[in-house]
Amino acid sequence: MLTAALRKEVLLQWRTRSQMMAVFVFGAAALLLFSFAVGPVAEMLRQFSAGFLWLGLLLSSTLTLAESYHAEMENRALEGLLLLPSDPRALYYGKAIANWLQLWILGVALTPVMVILYDAGTTRVLELVAVIGLGSAGLSAPGTLYAAMTAQVRSKQTLLPLLLFPLIVPALLASVKATSLLVLGDPMGQIRSWLMLLVAFDAIYWSLCGLLFGRVVEE
Amino acid sequence: MPRRYPYTIATALFAIGIYFGLAVTVADQYLHADISLGLPVAARTLISVFSGLIAAVIWLTADDLKSSRRAHALILAGIVLMLIGTWFGLFVAPPEQFMGNVQRIMYVHVPTAWNGLLALTVAFACAIFYLFNGGWKWDARMEASIEVGVLLAFLLCCQGAIWAKPTWGVWWDWDPRLTTTAVLLFAFLGILALRKFVDDPVKRAVWSSVATIIAYVDVPIVYFSVRWWNSLHQLQSNPNTVSKPFWIPLRANAFGILFVMVGFIMLRARIAALRLETEMAPPPILSNEIGEQLGEAV
Repeated sequence: MLTAALRKEVLLQWRTRSQMMAVFVFGAAALLLFSFAVGPVAEMLRQFSAGFLWLGLLLSSTLTLAESYHAEMENRALEGLLLLPSDPRALYYGKAIANWLQLWILGVALTPVMVILYDAGTTRVLELVAVIGLGSAGLSAPGTLYAAMTAQVRSKQTLLPLLLFPLIVPALLASVKATSLLVLGDPMGQIRSWLMLLVAFDAIYWSLCGLLFGRVVEE
Repeated sequence: MPRRYPYTIATALFAIGIYFGLAVTVADQYLHADISLGLPVAARTLISVFSGLIAAVIWLTADDLKSSRRAHALILAGIVLMLIGTWFGLFVAPPEQFMGNVQRIMYVHVPTAWNGLLALTVAFACAIFYLFNGGWKWDARMEASIEVGVLLAFLLCCQGAIWAKPTWGVWWDWDPRLTTTAVLLFAFLGILALRKFVDDPVKRAVWSSVATIIAYVDVPIVYFSVRWWNSLHQLQSNPNTVSKPFWIPLRANAFGILFVMVGFIMLRARIAALRLETEMAPPPILSNEIGEQLGEAV
């Protein structure tokens, strides 16, 4: 059931890949604009590069997450899905994993933009990809749950960030810190503890949100 | 009044809490009388804290949201206690050795922090009760305690900023507790906004319960992550590190704010329950009388 739900989500995302492209352009434009807030001081931009990358990704995520229930809201398709003889949790995890993959790809795609604009390269590429994966998992688990609520109300574009931003502070903090340690060097070997924090955050919210999702969509 | 006895028990517990938390210290300090019944300080503090907590919980859960008389009485008692606490804090307690008069804000700040966290814990408990048993009173109480908790968290941030300016030289500092309070404030403001945007009462109640549980679970994670990130705040104090003249205003205010908080939650829950009643009521049948009135109005 989970694989079927995941297949549906990935297929939907593949068919609307032009939207994904637009979100990428939005994120890249945000990264470009952040540098105007600091000024053309290369050293400072490099210092803040990790924070800018994650803010860019966070802003982009509100667009993709809010859109992720678009198909379910048309013709009351969500009710149809819930009538299927299966667990609503499969629906949640399918959507959350699809959102996670989408954010992960988006984050990895935004990294070269960060490297070029802020001169913030690193040779530990695999670790950077892993950090982006863990961080975007932290965004997508509560984000998918909240999007299920806000997709059904008016002014969803305001409400989703309002609910999501305070919640993901620990994930954002740990991701920024870990990315910045990768970019600027990690003489004290601190990255491990930040990764542990991210893993703990992900574990808590991936289980808790799955547990509560059934109540959110019930009629 | 068939359900009076819970209030009697709760009032007795409040009295025990104030006796061991406040009266014993006042008698010891100013009347040089020992009325501690031979209990050590740690035991008295524990009894005081727990009887206050249990009494507040009984008071909140026994309330049938029908009348506001009890809430008014409690708020009045709270105001009296806060006046006592303010008088002791401003005029009786000596200025602190290193921080001087600035430290006096702690007599409000620390009790606000305790009670703010308590109000949001009550909201969390109400959310769980609502999801499990679905009683509308829990929804009304949750809305009320989130609002009161948000108010206290906002006051906490203001007081923290007022204290930080002369002490650390800046209005805001990124220390774990201040930052966690700010994050909490925004998280629960978001939930209040969510409640405003959802018209269906069932969905509103379920969604805000879910959001409350998720936001409350976040509190310790935010706290520890910010603590790793940056730390400056002074460590928590306990009765052994706080000298006796400082206890009285601190505890008087703690009980005062607790009473006012419980009273506010009861009043606000009653408003929420009345609103729910009108929302869920079937549309009124247009009797001839109402029809005539409508005709006149048109």
